[in-house]
Amino acid sequence: MPVAETVAQNIREFITANFLYGQERPLKDDDSFLGEGIVDSTGVLQLVSYLEETYGFTVEEEELTPENMDSVGSVTAYVCRKLSATAGGNGGRA
Amino acid sequence: MSSTPVISRDVLKLDVERETERIVATIREQVFHQLKRKGAVIGVSGGIDSSVVAYLCARAFGKDRVVVLFTPEADSSPDSLRLGRMLAEALGVRSFLEDISGILKGVRCYERRDAAIRSVVPEYGEGYKSKIVLPNLIDSDRYAVFSIVVQSPTGEMKKVRLSLDAYLGIVAATNCKQRARKVIEYHYADLYQYAVAGTPNRLEYDQGFFVKNGDGSADFKPIAHLYKSQVYQLAAYLGVPEEIQGRPSTTDTYSLEQSQEEFYFAVPLQQMDLCLYGKNHDISNEELAPIVGLEPKQVQRVYAMIDGKRAVARYLRSAPLLVEEIEGL
Repeated sequence: MPVAETVAQNIREFITANFLYGQERPLKDDDSFLGEGIVDSTGVLQLVSYLEETYGFTVEEEELTPENMDSVGSVTAYVCRKLSATAGGNGGRA
Repeated sequence: MSSTPVISRDVLKLDVERETERIVATIREQVFHQLKRKGAVIGVSGGIDSSVVAYLCARAFGKDRVVVLFTPEADSSPDSLRLGRMLAEALGVRSFLEDISGILKGVRCYERRDAAIRSVVPEYGEGYKSKIVLPNLIDSDRYAVFSIVVQSPTGEMKKVRLSLDAYLGIVAATNCKQRARKVIEYHYADLYQYAVAGTPNRLEYDQGFFVKNGDGSADFKPIAHLYKSQVYQLAAYLGVPEEIQGRPSTTDTYSLEQSQEEFYFAVPLQQMDLCLYGKNHDISNEELAPIVGLEPKQVQRVYAMIDGKRAVARYLRSAPLLVEEIEGL
């Protein structure tokens, strides 16, 4: 399975297990976590901890933006950029 | 004809005499007749909100039916007790000093908080001070993720972003402070058959700036409908000592001084007042921006933050949920 697909699946499972509590709600790639009330600000912190533990990079303060963290799609793109940047050895900034 | 609302900075100006009479009549009815209590207990912090509530209660119930409490702890500013005493003296009401440091040590508040801080700042220990702060949230689109600021005994400052566990650990520990105060307030309420007055203003009540079953707990909340600037107007009318009126708003929860803006609200309270008013009255960010002194994009961000905090605050305000209505109650 391509990396992006695996990451997206992991993120979706994490969000569903931790914030949707098993609700039968299809989570689309562009559903806004904050806009739709799926994740609150403490939830963002939980998501950050999950990403750092799962993928082994540090999420920098300036990266805590909706552009990087507000949907399955945006988190997946962010993680892929970080993994790619880390592999490229530029210090891990996405 | 346009129905666009007209807004100016005067929009929050109160008829203070009329508003005072309205609140006094309402809380007299609530406490004496609905709650069947004989007076009021108010925990005072030396700040503007609790002072105004104490003055309103003295007007409503008579100064002989009001008790104010000073509940300092190890991290409290000495000003809180000094100004609290000033208030009690000016008002001529009974007051009691109850240092809650012992309760907090008993529930390991400080120990648990320090352990949580050490998980992100390992050197944190004896002689250090700390506070938690938000990043600047109005100049860019970013999430409200807290950092901890620590000051070493030699004065060096350090700021570290909090992990989820550290953040929750610090908040859970420090929330014991507000809950311990409420234990003491209800002790005096039981002793005198009084009701406990809550002191949140509208910003705090709306945005969830309180601890559930801590300062969020009370029998009546006489200024929860008033914007912060309106509380200041009442304070001036009621004759609250000028030093209290001029004291900057502080949480008085952490050992380093912490403003409400850096802990919870993204902009100064006067601007936050107008933003909340604008949000409540469907005033566009473009229309509000010049009035409040912000850029339209910044007002838009504050509006989004108001929505986000309201969503979280619903849990804080929620009464216990029942499976069904209980007959006969």
